[in-house]
Amino acid sequence: MAYSDKVVDHYNNPRNVGTLDKSSTEVGTGLVGAPECGDVMRLQIRVNPETQVIEEAKFKTFGCGSAIASSSLATEWIKGRTVEDALAIKNTDIVKELSLPPVKIHCSVLAEDAIRAAIGDWKKKNGVAETAPATAAAE
Amino acid sequence: MSTVASQVEIPAGVSLPIYMDNHATSPLDPRVLEAMMPYFTAKFGNAASRNHSFGWEAEQAVETAREQIAKLIGATAKEIIFTSGATESNNLAIKGIAEMHRERGNHIITQVTEHKAVLDTCKRLEKHGYRVTYLPVKADGLIDLEDLKRAMDDKTILVTIMAANNEIGVLQPIREIGKLCHEKGVIFHTDAVQIAGKAPFNVVADNVDVASISGHKIYGPKGVGALYVRRRNPRVQIAAQIDGGGHERGMRSGTLNVPGIVGLGKACEIAMQEMETEAAYLRNLRDRLKAKLESALDYIHVNGSMEHRLPGNLNMSFVYVEGESLLMGINDVAVSSGSACTSATLEPSYVLKALGLGDDVAHSSIRFGLGRFNTQAEVDYVAAKVIDIVQKLRELSPLYEMVKEGIDLTKIEWQAH
Repeated sequence: MAYSDKVVDHYNNPRNVGTLDKSSTEVGTGLVGAPECGDVMRLQIRVNPETQVIEEAKFKTFGCGSAIASSSLATEWIKGRTVEDALAIKNTDIVKELSLPPVKIHCSVLAEDAIRAAIGDWKKKNGVAETAPATAAAE
Repeated sequence: MSTVASQVEIPAGVSLPIYMDNHATSPLDPRVLEAMMPYFTAKFGNAASRNHSFGWEAEQAVETAREQIAKLIGATAKEIIFTSGATESNNLAIKGIAEMHRERGNHIITQVTEHKAVLDTCKRLEKHGYRVTYLPVKADGLIDLEDLKRAMDDKTILVTIMAANNEIGVLQPIREIGKLCHEKGVIFHTDAVQIAGKAPFNVVADNVDVASISGHKIYGPKGVGALYVRRRNPRVQIAAQIDGGGHERGMRSGTLNVPGIVGLGKACEIAMQEMETEAAYLRNLRDRLKAKLESALDYIHVNGSMEHRLPGNLNMSFVYVEGESLLMGINDVAVSSGSACTSATLEPSYVLKALGLGDDVAHSSIRFGLGRFNTQAEVDYVAAKVIDIVQKLRELSPLYEMVKEGIDLTKIEWQAH
């Protein structure tokens, strides 16, 4: 199948590949997908406890080119956002940006799930309520 | 910044892209094309035209091809029927035998790693009152002859089991299967598409009654195939599936594809002359590729028996790397993946799953199909490229990292989606 230029670019030059210390309280880890489905994404964030801004985002993905591109793009997009802002990212935004064909939409869903799982893990660790604090959204 | 883009050097004499998918199809041998050319233009006659030289000339060419094909597989010319390809040959054999022998029985035996042209034909027959047994395969891809013995009953009319598998290149014990069939008076059909011209195959020695052959897998043209139908001990009768002018002794009507048939004949003649040296050449290239990959990468393994295998086939799993992403990284090399990430069902190869591979490992598999025109320089380039990309993708793989840390992946509760 033909991949869009943006998918190829993310595949050839994936952004923010790596691993953060998952035991750190500032780090949230999301691990989604399953090996038998052919894709597993691990997305990690390091959040500034004062500002709730995602200062660092790292990923590793087992999956097709579109899955790699979706997670690479997700780390680019969430870096510098507050956790609540990051939750506003929708899989459809990823589909649009990467021009994913219908058979690859599940890759974008997985990337959105990975963002939510990483943020969820961070919130759990830090006892943050699921609703957004008023100050966090103001930026 | 990490990068997956490859910087492997292209050796002298190698031009990209490299074709290494010869089980899917093979390039036409220039000698075959040369033999075919006159039959498109000056010698255009209909082989069934009995009253002028144009027809006689075409008929003569067809009979020469019949001889060439028969010779390759140890048959006689009269036992060769021309078809449009192996899918038609398989359909004609299975449906034609089932129909002809319906009064004797309704049971057919096949096995799970057959080509879809066999499996789907059997499935259709099941809808028409036939009973089909699908034998399992062992981890090495071979059937267990004891399973076959147990499956046979007094209603069994046909056993259809391939000689060589198209994905993993594994050779089934057809000689023993055929012997068993003959003892029980059951007809034995084999899909010989991948073996013909590649490894020893003789319908007499191998106890085969009916065999399907394709032109384009043996450096011949597409759109032409043949069916071997035994004439004695036993004489096999097949009900025609295409009605019309009664060509091919009534078994397959339709004007013969003379240029295609000439090409198939020539391809068989070349295969017969060169098979021994070619097989040794391909086995050497295949083993070289395997050795290079194994010396550089961990967590890789061959799928299917190495002992009972076509010389040009290598099917390997690169665990913790997804097949499609690997193909994307080696996009200047044409190979096939066991992954079906693009399919609606997300189902990986049913052949690999039949060997007992988990979906995760099946997704990580690549089929290398080496052929007559591949070179050692190409193999070296492909090996270097695959090693480079697998290493880079593993740096990206959370699974590889976890396994290296000693985490048991089977203990994790994955969220299947």
